Amino acid sequence: MQKLIAVENILKNNLHGQAILNGITASIIEGELITIIGPSGSGKSTFLSLINRMTDPDAGTLFYKAKPYLEMDVLQLRRKIGMVFQMPTMLPGTVRDNLLVGPKLFRETVTEEELDNLLDQVALPRSIKEQEARSLSGGQKQRVSLARTLANRPEVLLLDEVTASLDPHSSEGIEELIQELHRQQGTTILWVTHNLKQAKKIGQYTWVFADGEIVEQGKTIEVFERPLHNVTKDFIADAFDKEEVLTL
Amino acid sequence: MSTTALFFTLIFVAFAILLSFWQRIGLEKDIMIGTIRAAVQLIAVGYVLQFIFQLKSWSLIILMLAIMITVATLNARKKGKGLPGVSWRIAVAITSTEILTMGLLVGLKIIQTTPQYIIPISGMIIGNGMVVSGLFFNRLKSEMETRREEINVYLALGATSKQAVSSVMQNTVKASMLPTIDGMKTVGLVQLPGMMTGMIVAGANPIVAVRYQILIMYSFTSAAAITAILLGILTHRLLFTKAHQLIDHL
Repeated sequence: MQKLIAVENILKNNLHGQAILNGITASIIEGELITIIGPSGSGKSTFLSLINRMTDPDAGTLFYKAKPYLEMDVLQLRRKIGMVFQMPTMLPGTVRDNLLVGPKLFRETVTEEELDNLLDQVALPRSIKEQEARSLSGGQKQRVSLARTLANRPEVLLLDEVTASLDPHSSEGIEELIQELHRQQGTTILWVTHNLKQAKKIGQYTWVFADGEIVEQGKTIEVFERPLHNVTKDFIADAFDKEEVLTL
Repeated sequence: MSTTALFFTLIFVAFAILLSFWQRIGLEKDIMIGTIRAAVQLIAVGYVLQFIFQLKSWSLIILMLAIMITVATLNARKKGKGLPGVSWRIAVAITSTEILTMGLLVGLKIIQTTPQYIIPISGMIIGNGMVVSGLFFNRLKSEMETRREEINVYLALGATSKQAVSSVMQNTVKASMLPTIDGMKTVGLVQLPGMMTGMIVAGANPIVAVRYQILIMYSFTSAAAITAILLGILTHRLLFTKAHQLIDHL
């Protein structure tokens, strides 16, 4: 498997000049499913925004298939590296309109069969196509968001806390969908999540962010069972303690 | 109107001050400042206009129009606070609107090329451009606040910044033009416009006054469209980087 994305010495400051990402170097191999965890404000979401060039670093270089980002067409790059956000924002119109946004931007036609396949992939009934997208439930909207991104046939999928605004049932549904997508199509996935159970259940590899750095990375099971870094140990212990208290 | 009659209009101001004092509204000082400023500004502009009308100098007419555009720009730019380079964009939009509208009015011989026509009608066009610009930036800011996520979705799907913001710009242009269009729909039914009223009070034939009012209303419509659309074209680049990234601090 080839190295799909590489980031080297990435620095990113906020508007006040404080570091959000502080010298990150990492690489993503094709077909990996990586879960990204870490305390709030540790730079996880900013990192995802850099990966599909929604923002640029103040220093450092990103590569896609060994080609520097700055030498690539940004619109094509975003198409190859799709992103789904925490809030499932529906664009005006029906579900069909939403699914066709990406292909229309690149002047591509989508057959009815392809539309049906997209809805099958995200486990939505085919009859939902003509429904007003903004009238759907939160879980359905997030599935449409996912299908809308998949309509661009991305090679990499960035998921930024995509289940954070959903109820547990809808959240599990999305988890299963992503796992299935990864199994069937081998899509490379980076999933930022606050939910450690989810990160442990879904990930093949896990990266731990703290203070703008990746403090630990490795196979998910090893990161959770035998964390090496103190930050990881404290973060995991603290998070699981809170979850236990909440479930008592 | 005699000077004595004009002097008596101060009774209305005194009445407003008394009411404010009695009801403890606290606007007495503002009313007095407003009264003095209105009188000084209008009397000054009256003498300036009289001077320009007598001289019929094109350079003075252009200077007067330039001052009007500058004041309108300085006023409207307050609504676009926080956006870099907003002043010159407003100035370009209002100046272009004035040139195009006046060009048509003069070119089609709808009005005479004398200061008596050019300055007051330009004043109204520039003033309307100022209001349209203010409305434009007010609406643009609120649209950008509420639809930020939608714009990011478009960008993430591979849209250019222009494509991502097109619906926001359409709404913004529409919102800034609507008061002008609504004004046209209700004119004469709800209120008689100031210019027409002024002409009738000054002794003009009401039909002549109406003709000029129609001229103003129609030219306002195209002027509002030109200002708003030009601002739309000039402004969208302010919101994004060259790599089609939404700027954070807006």
